[in-house]
Amino acid sequence: MKKIDYLLAGVGGQGTILASRILASAGLELGYDVKTAEVHGMAQRGGSVESHVRWGEKVYSPLVEHGMADYLIGFEMVEAARWLTYLNKNSVTLINRFRIPPPLVNLGKARYPSEKDIENLLRSGGGEVKWLNAAEMAEVAGNPAMAGVVLLGALSNLVGGGQEVWLQVIKHLVPARFVEMNQKAFLAGRGAGRE
Amino acid sequence: MKKLMTGNEALAYGAYLSGVRVGAAYPGTPSTQIMEKFATFPGVYAEWAPNEKVAMDVGIGAAFAGTRALVSTKHVGLNVAADSLFYAVYTGLNAGLLIACADDPGMHSSQNEQDSRNYAKFVKVPMLEPSDSEEARQFAATALEMSETFDTPVIVRFVTRISHSSSVVDVDPAAVPPPAKEHKPYKREIGKFVMVPGNARRRHPVVEERIRKLREYAESTPLNRIEPGNDRLGIVASGVVYQHAREVFPDATFLRLGMVYPLPEKLLREFAGRVKKVLVIEELDPFFEEHIRLLGIQVAGKDVFPIVGEFSPTLIRQAAVKAGILPAEVSGSSPAPALDIPVRPPTLCPGCGHRGMFTVLKEAGVVVMGDIGCYTLGAASPLEALHFCGCMGASIGVAHGMDKGGVPDRHVAVIGDSTLFHSGLHPLINTLYNQGKTTTIIADNGTTGMTGHQHHPGTGQTLQKQPTVKVDLERMVRALGFGKVDVCDPNEMDDFRKILEDHLKSDEASVIIARRPCALQSREKRTPPRIDPELCTNCGTCLDIGCSPLVQQEDCVSINEAMCTGCGLCVQVCPAEAIGQEAK
Repeated sequence: MKKIDYLLAGVGGQGTILASRILASAGLELGYDVKTAEVHGMAQRGGSVESHVRWGEKVYSPLVEHGMADYLIGFEMVEAARWLTYLNKNSVTLINRFRIPPPLVNLGKARYPSEKDIENLLRSGGGEVKWLNAAEMAEVAGNPAMAGVVLLGALSNLVGGGQEVWLQVIKHLVPARFVEMNQKAFLAGRGAGRE
Repeated sequence: MKKLMTGNEALAYGAYLSGVRVGAAYPGTPSTQIMEKFATFPGVYAEWAPNEKVAMDVGIGAAFAGTRALVSTKHVGLNVAADSLFYAVYTGLNAGLLIACADDPGMHSSQNEQDSRNYAKFVKVPMLEPSDSEEARQFAATALEMSETFDTPVIVRFVTRISHSSSVVDVDPAAVPPPAKEHKPYKREIGKFVMVPGNARRRHPVVEERIRKLREYAESTPLNRIEPGNDRLGIVASGVVYQHAREVFPDATFLRLGMVYPLPEKLLREFAGRVKKVLVIEELDPFFEEHIRLLGIQVAGKDVFPIVGEFSPTLIRQAAVKAGILPAEVSGSSPAPALDIPVRPPTLCPGCGHRGMFTVLKEAGVVVMGDIGCYTLGAASPLEALHFCGCMGASIGVAHGMDKGGVPDRHVAVIGDSTLFHSGLHPLINTLYNQGKTTTIIADNGTTGMTGHQHHPGTGQTLQKQPTVKVDLERMVRALGFGKVDVCDPNEMDDFRKILEDHLKSDEASVIIARRPCALQSREKRTPPRIDPELCTNCGTCLDIGCSPLVQQEDCVSINEAMCTGCGLCVQVCPAEAIGQEAK
C-alpha cells in the first residue's frame, strides 16, 4: 500500500478543515492508516491555513515532509504557491482559479502574482498543475463555499475509491441539510477532473 | 471499530469512558475542543468556568466529593491555575483528577511557547504525554487510575499537533462508562485538606514519598518502552516528536517515553547501555536532556535541535543532516519560491465592531493597553492601534501602572467581555480603589470570539446549552462603584468618539462598554455600500481601516460584495463622501 501525502492550502474560513476530514475519512474507508494536522484559532481569522492529510500502510507523523507531498490542493491561488517547498517532480497540484487578495495587496503595497506566474512557479517545483474553476462550480451546485468539495471530487479520480465511498463519507461529515448540495459539488468536481 | 478522532476528542472520550462525570475549563487554543467534546456525552456535567483557576478548583472539588473529574487548559492557562494545582498536590484528592494541558510550540495561537513539562517537576505531579489520538484515549484512563492509586492530580500533556491532529482510535460502540458507583464517601479530614502551615508541613513529606514511588512506577509502566532497532543510534523522545522522529530514523532504537515525569532512571541507563550514541529529540526545553545528563549519561540534544519553535520531520531531518548524524541526501524538495508571495496574516473580520473602535482610538492618538482576544489584531497593519498585549487580564493593571508611573500620553485599557470575566475584574476594581484615572474599554462582542464562540457569564447560556443568568456588564460595573459608565456601538464612530473624548478628559476611573455583536456569529449582512467612481479620489483613507472587502484598483477603490457585511464603517471614514449606502 503506497503512501499518499496531501497538503490542503487556503485562507481561514474557506473550509480546508472540513475538506481534510472528508479526505481523511475516505482514506480510512479505503483501508489506509490515516493522520491529519489542522490549524485552529488565530490563524482562522482570514489568515493562511494549511491542513496535512497522510494515507499509508502505517503513518507516524501527522505532518507532511518538505518535498514529499503527492498532492497539493490549493483553495486559493496564492495560497497554493506558498507551499511550493512541499512539492517534488511527481507532485500534482489541483488549484482553484480563485483569488482572495491579501491585505497588503488590497492596500496597494504588494502585487498579486498572475496566474501564469503561479503556474510557472508550481511547475518549477516539478509536477503537474491542474486548474479548476471550483468556486464557480460550487456556486452552480448551490454555494461557492463548497469549492473545497469540488476540488476533492476532481482529486478522487486520481487517488482511488469508487464514488459511493466518497459520497458516503460526505453524508457522514456534513450537516444533514447540506449533504445533497455537497454531494452535487463533489460530483461536479469528479466530472470535471475526468475531462 | 476504527474511527478518526483528534487528540482533543479522543481524550474527552477516554475520560468519559473512564467514568469522569465533572469537567471544567476555560476555552483556549489548542485545548478548547476537549471540554466541548466532553460536554456532549450523556450523563456528564461540564462547564465553562470564567478562568482556568476556577476550573481547577471546580475539578478539585468534584474529586474531593468522590467523583472523577477532568480539567482542560492551554499551557498559559496552567499559569493561571497553578496556585490551585500546588495545593491539590499537597492535599491529594478523593477520586481521580485528570488535567489535560495543551502546549503550543510554534505559537500558532499563543503569546509564548512555554514548556509545561517544567510544571510537572515544579509542582511535583506526574505527567503523561500521548503520541497520537489512540494513546490520548488510553492515557486518560491510565491517568485516572494513577491519580487514585497515588492520591494526586495527573497531567496529560498535549501539543497542538496532538490536539488538532486526527488519527485512528479503536472504538467499541458498545462501551459505556462504569455505572455511577456509590460515591466514595467524602470525609472531613482537617489535617489532610486544610493547608495551614502545621498541616502542610506534615503533607510535604507525603508529596516527596509519592514522587519516589512514582519514580519506581515509571521504571515498570508500559507507558515507557524500548523499541529495538540498530545499536548505532538510540533516540529518546515522547509525544508527537516521537512520531516525527520515527519517520526520519526508521531503523534507530527508540526509548519512547509515555510518562515524562518522573523519569525512569534505571530504564534510561539500560537504554544508554544498549546503543553507541544517545540522541534526545524534544521540542522546546532540554527537559529530558538535562535529566539524562545528571545521570552521567552522554547525550546529544539541544546541540543538534533548536530550543525554539515547533518540530516537524523536515526540521528533524535537516538538523540531523547538519550535525552529521544523517548523510546529506540529494533533496527532492523544491527551493523556496523565487516569486514574491504576499503574506496573509489573520485580520479582523468584515463587519467586526473592533475595527470602528480601533479606528477612533487611532485617530485620537491614544496609547492602547490591550489584552488577549480577536481585538489583539488591532495591533496589525494598517490599524496599528494597540500597543501592548501580554497575557489574559493584563491590560487594565498595566494601564493603571502607566497612569501611576506618569506616562504623558493619553491612554486606555481595552479588554474583551470574556477576558474581563476571566481576569479583568480585579484590576478593574483596583483602578477604582486606588484612585486611578484609567478609562477601561470593554470590547463587548457578546462571546469568546477567537476560540470559536464559547459562552461565558455574560451570554446567558451554559456550555451544555442551558439558559442561565446573564451578567449585565453595565449594572455590574456600576455596582462596583464606577460613576462614569457609557455604552455605545463603536461602529457608530461619532458617538464613540464623543464618549471617548469625554472619558479621556475625566479624572476618574471610568468604563466604556463598546458593544457590537461578533460579526461572525451574528452573520448580519446588509446591502453593501456603493463607491461612486466619479467621487472616489483613490486617496486610500478607507483602506486604512483594514477591511478586506475594500480593494484598491487603478482608478478607485472597489468593494468585494460577497465578503462585505454592509456595516457602513467605510462610508463614515471616506473624506470625499464617495461611499454611500444609496449612491449609484
